[in-house]
Amino acid sequence: MMTVQDFWSLSPEISMALLALVVVAVDLVTRSMAKVSAVALVGLIAPLVLTLNLWFGWFGDPAAGPALFGTVEADRFSLFFNFLLITVTAGTVLASTRYIASDRMKDYGGEFVALVLFSVTGMMLLVSATELITIYVALELTALPVVALAAIHRTRQAVESGTKFFVLSAISSAILLYGFAYIYGFTGSTNLEVIMERLSVLPTQAGVPFGSYAVLLAVIMIVAGFGFKMAVVPFQMWVPDVYEGAPTPVAAFLSVASKSAAFAVVMRIMYTAFGEPGLMQDWSGLFAVLAAVSMTVGNLLAISQSNIKRLLGYSTIAQAGYILVGLASVPANQVGATFAGAGAQGALYYLAGYAFTNLAVFFAVIAITSRTGDDSIEGMNGLIKRSPLLASLLVFGLLSLLGMPPTVGFMAKVVVFGSALNANLAWLAVIGVVNTVIAAYYYLRVIRAIVFEDPADTSPIKGDVPVLVATCVAAVGAGVLGFAPFLVLEFAESALSILPG
Amino acid sequence: MFDGLLSITVFMPAAVAVLVALFARGEKADLQIRWIAIGATVITFVLTVLIFVGYDRAEGGVQMVDYFERWIPVDALRSSYIMGVDGLSAPLVLLTGILGMAASFASWRIKTRVREYFLWLLLLETAVLGVFLSLDLLLFFIFFEFELIPMYMLIAIWGSGRPRYSAMKFVLFTLAGGALMLVGILALYVTPGVNTLAMVTIPELGITGIPELIAAADLVIPAALIFGFFFVAFAIKLPLWPVHSWLPDAHTDAPTAVSVMLAGVLLKMAGYGLLRINLGFFQETKGFTIHDVAGPMAILAAVSVIYGGIITVRQTDMKRLIAYSSVSHMGFVLLGIAAIGASKADTSAGGLNGAALQMFTHGTITGLAFLMVGLSYDRTHTRHIPHLGGLWKKMPLIAIFFLIAGFGSLGLPALSGFVAEIMVFLGTFSIWPWATGVAAFGVVLAAGYTLWMVQRVFFGARPANPGLSDEIYDGLEDASWVDMVPVIALAAPIFIIGVWPSVITEVFDIGIQAVLR
Repeated sequence: MMTVQDFWSLSPEISMALLALVVVAVDLVTRSMAKVSAVALVGLIAPLVLTLNLWFGWFGDPAAGPALFGTVEADRFSLFFNFLLITVTAGTVLASTRYIASDRMKDYGGEFVALVLFSVTGMMLLVSATELITIYVALELTALPVVALAAIHRTRQAVESGTKFFVLSAISSAILLYGFAYIYGFTGSTNLEVIMERLSVLPTQAGVPFGSYAVLLAVIMIVAGFGFKMAVVPFQMWVPDVYEGAPTPVAAFLSVASKSAAFAVVMRIMYTAFGEPGLMQDWSGLFAVLAAVSMTVGNLLAISQSNIKRLLGYSTIAQAGYILVGLASVPANQVGATFAGAGAQGALYYLAGYAFTNLAVFFAVIAITSRTGDDSIEGMNGLIKRSPLLASLLVFGLLSLLGMPPTVGFMAKVVVFGSALNANLAWLAVIGVVNTVIAAYYYLRVIRAIVFEDPADTSPIKGDVPVLVATCVAAVGAGVLGFAPFLVLEFAESALSILPG
Repeated sequence: MFDGLLSITVFMPAAVAVLVALFARGEKADLQIRWIAIGATVITFVLTVLIFVGYDRAEGGVQMVDYFERWIPVDALRSSYIMGVDGLSAPLVLLTGILGMAASFASWRIKTRVREYFLWLLLLETAVLGVFLSLDLLLFFIFFEFELIPMYMLIAIWGSGRPRYSAMKFVLFTLAGGALMLVGILALYVTPGVNTLAMVTIPELGITGIPELIAAADLVIPAALIFGFFFVAFAIKLPLWPVHSWLPDAHTDAPTAVSVMLAGVLLKMAGYGLLRINLGFFQETKGFTIHDVAGPMAILAAVSVIYGGIITVRQTDMKRLIAYSSVSHMGFVLLGIAAIGASKADTSAGGLNGAALQMFTHGTITGLAFLMVGLSYDRTHTRHIPHLGGLWKKMPLIAIFFLIAGFGSLGLPALSGFVAEIMVFLGTFSIWPWATGVAAFGVVLAAGYTLWMVQRVFFGARPANPGLSDEIYDGLEDASWVDMVPVIALAAPIFIIGVWPSVITEVFDIGIQAVLR
């Protein structure tokens, strides 16, 4: 039986799903896509308020806590991500206002928005889930709408992009389920906390990571399954193709929301189910390797790209690597309890900063390419003369992705690399710094095109107002997080305080 | 003074820059932007004067602190927002105020992309002020690096000659140094027993700085290496031979006002860093102290002074000439720092004070020189010395102030350059007689190249051919009142400090005494 408590705890997710249904209904009665967008944007206030309510307890005492027989939990960790996801969704909806009203989209505009909202519902469930089956269901709810979104244009390229995403998503889910099955077989439970208790009493083999090869295999499978969503090497093959083929707002949404949710659930699983100090050391090494490979491969492949969306695709792979550095930074000698979460705290800060920065970049690209129809890097030539505002925002975003002081990209990198040093992972910090230099090459190439090259076509670009607003808001968000890192870090500390590890 | 004065001073130019970028519109926008930018730098100047005057000399220490403890509240890298002023930074803040104002006046004639130009110029001022006032290493580093973006844009877009090449060279040199510095900062932080980024101790706020903690700590990497990281970063910026080669290019290709800022204050960030960090942190470290390398530093300084001087003599481009003379003059700063001596007993505070004062005086003198070259170039459209001559008759004001800058630069008594250099010599001679003796020849060289340039450009006969065409020569006009504002602003301190040096040295001395342990 669902109790009132359950409703409260799930209120953000429920309101998000309801909003998606409302959007579908509104789409039936109006042909105006502007109204659909407006309804969605206004409606997003509901899950936002309900999320903040659970954090601050505005309406009486809803007492956030476990719900639905302990399968989901509205704790600070999930609320932190709920807030981030809702913000990202608002940005995406705002930035696609004009896009869904365009000629080739106006018949599916309502569906587009509804699919985004359904997918976010899945992500919100994903970050709240504390039990393996729920995690899996939420994951599928997240992925399937995205398949439709990627293919929504029904062109050859779009369908290929959607199919690719679908097939790889299915394979990764299968691998993930294998991993879950092993864990269930070993511990007889799907609840993360119970798993931790049972794992700690299992007999262990000395010298084998995670105590036994079976658990090791399970962990590798779980990480591989989520690696697809986080878009880390070697599970990144789909990223550039899907980003290039899918509509740009979808790519923006994928690169931020989907990635954040995946990182969130991985952190929850690792810190809860595998939160024993000994086990943490083992998965820390695994993530360190993935981080190093992701950063390096992503950056090296990005260098040779000539399409801005593909370039950004590889850039998000590299960025995922930097976030993984934070995840991997588990101090060996738990210096006091407070040092333990530093790496994870850095990862949350990096994720939030990255979300705003990457959205700003993608939105600026949307505003530009929707006018020029040219998504090559040469298409950016002389942009500063054609649209000073968009060009400045894009340059700012790219500098932040690159990690130039004083942007949030720099602050987050310093925190993450500092955590790595603190966790005796100096080699990883060094690889990270070297990668920053490699990345400078291709980010600066785009910036050079924007600022110094002469445009082939000098006509001014007037961005659509909603996209401009979305870009500005995202850029301002990134700027604020850069100057005031404590805003996120304090919340992150509070969010992470619930994780037993 | 009131709360938040320092933060307001630092961020005022940046805030105005953003407003200018967003709001000035319409046909007269360019004119409005100029006035707003000039207004902003004038207000900043007034604020820096307030800071300098308001610094209580009797009390000493770090004052007017803006402190926000939990700026980066992560144990793996706990960084606080600390802005404070002490004897070391107060005069340099004032210098930045003066030069920032002079630079915005000197940019009056910028015609292309005015909005962007002033945006970057104002952001540059914020960055420099931030470097001098930050007392948290990470904050310091952020401002130190942030200055790169405005400088790159200012040189690359509004420069002449090979601007993009020069701008990129400048950025790459500084970034390389910055990367080393960041490693040094992180290494200091993760050292058990240090675990802080505070650059000074502020007892009232319970802040214990690195200088106090570092003596007892076992650094994670050898102290010599950390010292070296910081030293290289600052040596590039100062600049010292052999890592000076970015400077002549950057200066030659930069627009006038940017050269003024570059020579006037950006190089001082390095001198400040050497005093605050290399000198401040490494006097009692285990296994290595700054005393161990004072001798090599003196030699390096002497080489820089002489090498810079000799190269300067050979220059035929006025801007390049002054740029190389900076290498020579900034060598005196390191020479003064070498007065720390091979042991604690040897230390001469006079030499260190001379180094600090040399930074201030070089800022005004070289700033003035670049300004005058800019004014002359605006009119003659050439900086090639053999093409010029006899400009005295057409532009007496420019010639006079050029001469003042020249006299200041060669160390004429009663001008500020003399005081600074004599302090360095007197302080360092007893400790490193040979190096100081050799470096003293730098003054002779300075007299040579300065007077020779002034003589060729302003006096003497007009070269027959090739030279200025009759139209250009006859049409030459002297400086207008807009041109004279920054000129006066920079010339005044040269005279004032020349006859009344204690107005600055008293304050510097408070800072130096605090840095010496």
